[in-house]
Amino acid sequence: MSIHELEKIFQNKIDKEIKIEPKDWMPEAYRKTNIRQISQHAHSEIVGMLPEGNWISRAPSLKRKAILIAKVQDEAGHGLYLYSAAETLGSSREQMIDDLHSGKAKYSSIFNYPTLTWADMGAVGWLVDGAAILNQVMLCRTSYGPYARAMVRICKEESFHQRQGFESLLVLSKGTKEQRDMCQDAINRWWWPSLMMFGPKDSESTNSDQSIKWKIKRKTNDELRQQFVDMIAEQVKLLGMTLPDPHLKWNESRKHYDFGEINWDEFWNVVKGNGPCNKQRLEARVKAHEEGTWVREAALAYAVKKQSRTKAKVA
Amino acid sequence: MNIQIRKFYYGDIPEETGGNSSSSNASNETGWPLWEVFIRSKQGLDHKHAGSLHAADAQMAIENARDVYTRRQEGVSIWVVESKHIHATNPDEAEMFYEPASDKVYRHPTFYDLPDEVKHM
Amino acid sequence: MSQTINQTLQLADTCLILGQRNSEWCAHGPILEQDIAITNITLDLIGQARNFYQYAATLISKNENKNITEDTLAYLRTEREFKNFLICELPNGDWANTVLRQFFFSCFQLLLFEELEKNSDTQLAAIATKSLKEIKYHIKWSSEWVIRLGDGTEESNNRINNAVQQLWPYTGEFFMPADYEIISVSSLKEKWLQSIKDVFDEATLTIPQNIFMQSGGKDGVHTEHLGYVLSELQYLQRVYPGAEW
Repeated sequence: MSIHELEKIFQNKIDKEIKIEPKDWMPEAYRKTNIRQISQHAHSEIVGMLPEGNWISRAPSLKRKAILIAKVQDEAGHGLYLYSAAETLGSSREQMIDDLHSGKAKYSSIFNYPTLTWADMGAVGWLVDGAAILNQVMLCRTSYGPYARAMVRICKEESFHQRQGFESLLVLSKGTKEQRDMCQDAINRWWWPSLMMFGPKDSESTNSDQSIKWKIKRKTNDELRQQFVDMIAEQVKLLGMTLPDPHLKWNESRKHYDFGEINWDEFWNVVKGNGPCNKQRLEARVKAHEEGTWVREAALAYAVKKQSRTKAKVA
Repeated sequence: MNIQIRKFYYGDIPEETGGNSSSSNASNETGWPLWEVFIRSKQGLDHKHAGSLHAADAQMAIENARDVYTRRQEGVSIWVVESKHIHATNPDEAEMFYEPASDKVYRHPTFYDLPDEVKHM
Repeated sequence: MSQTINQTLQLADTCLILGQRNSEWCAHGPILEQDIAITNITLDLIGQARNFYQYAATLISKNENKNITEDTLAYLRTEREFKNFLICELPNGDWANTVLRQFFFSCFQLLLFEELEKNSDTQLAAIATKSLKEIKYHIKWSSEWVIRLGDGTEESNNRINNAVQQLWPYTGEFFMPADYEIISVSSLKEKWLQSIKDVFDEATLTIPQNIFMQSGGKDGVHTEHLGYVLSELQYLQRVYPGAEW
């Protein structure tokens, strides 16, 4: 069969909503795009543990501490599911982690912003997880089977994250003046970076068209961003807080909220590594991995010893 | 024309990376092998594939599976198998494997028309 | 009454401080799977701490006719009021140190809670019963790691041996009775030593002999580390008194 025919069969399957499974023939570019996107997604979960992990030791009540730990732990789980999905495409986890640590692979820029107060835990849950969920719900129907299955599992767990974020802001919004100020300040700082999470505008995005055709992505950056703005603009009212955008206004003819221009200069700078925490996030991951090397080696050495002892016994 | 049809021999994991304990890749020296996890969600049901993970040995794989895949009481029993030990059919052979069953309609109970008076059948 | 309260607080403080220490591993573990594993143990410990604090809070509230909660007890008591074992507040050190401490502690906790389960105080007994299921898993997990590291590579063997030297002087405190304790802890020592020895044999480790034992935690005389642990833990409650979170 010619590559052209194989590609036709492949695209046919995609068009008919038949999932692509690991051993099916797929164009190399499809494989690569998926590896890149899934591993980026996995890295984001893992790096994303850091800004929130930052507040575990200082959580203001035992209940909040337990919730936060469980949440950060879930993110480790999500990273693990995603690395596993990418491994079915022929990329080992070690390789992907090496790429993250060398700076070759990217992760979501949002995690390069610092978490400065406790209210940031709520704002991250509500806005950052809220933005992530829109993307993730869409990805539950992505064309690559293992990725879609990982996303279904993740979405089930993720809805608790956004809810707990909003609920913890709700408590602050009903609290003392200091708490309300803390809440508004966190929303002010996280609003624009969350909008940036959806990526460049469709007119500037290089990967979007092919990804949509292959149904890796099923909605464009701008579509998802609009969906997010519409959702949050309503929810923020329940908190009695505001979003830091003077241009935010309901547009009756579009049936959507209009909103102001994102600071794309900041966006590209954070992507390029100039965000407030790019360096320390990566350093923390590299440190954990390097300090874990002897642990992983020891476990493997012991496993080998144990196996040879069992064999010796049998013989 | 260079046609690449990858043939993989087990499970969903490409042969060149599956069970990477034996890999000679330098970055894999400390990599733990990959395991597939199957979970029985409650008594009376089959074990179902839940996902994969890395572990140094079978015991650790079971415990990791417990910690990773049953945090929300998703299971009452766990199976693990090193990914490299799973053998699977190849999509290239899908037609000859699965198509021949499609015309054996007489294997299905609905093939047989019986009068309504026949009960319990 | 005050005896039960002090005993309950000691159990609560011990679980909380060890949980607080273990939680430092979250997002920094040696591999994802083990990051998740130790965090499960952390969550168990914090859950146990909360059960004990809630019980103590009920007792104190009734006694003093005040509205005391689990958070009052965890967040508004001072260094000298905390009764946790010293071993719980020590910095985590490396993975060897962390798993060995968990192993020492969990083995002791098992024996203690098996006694507590039989206690006439039904609330304490119920918490013990619930916790025992968790503790058994903690022992399984930590003992396997002790064996792996002891019998793994030369480096891991060195590291776990260092950990034994570091931590052993803090194990004596388990068995030194405090006047409020309702379990005769000294009687648990032999059994504890035996369970350590069984695992140490398999891990090719030896039990140190004639070591001077540190103590004081049970009576609120701590290492210098605890003040820093509490500073972080209690920070928000201290800065914003009376706020709800």
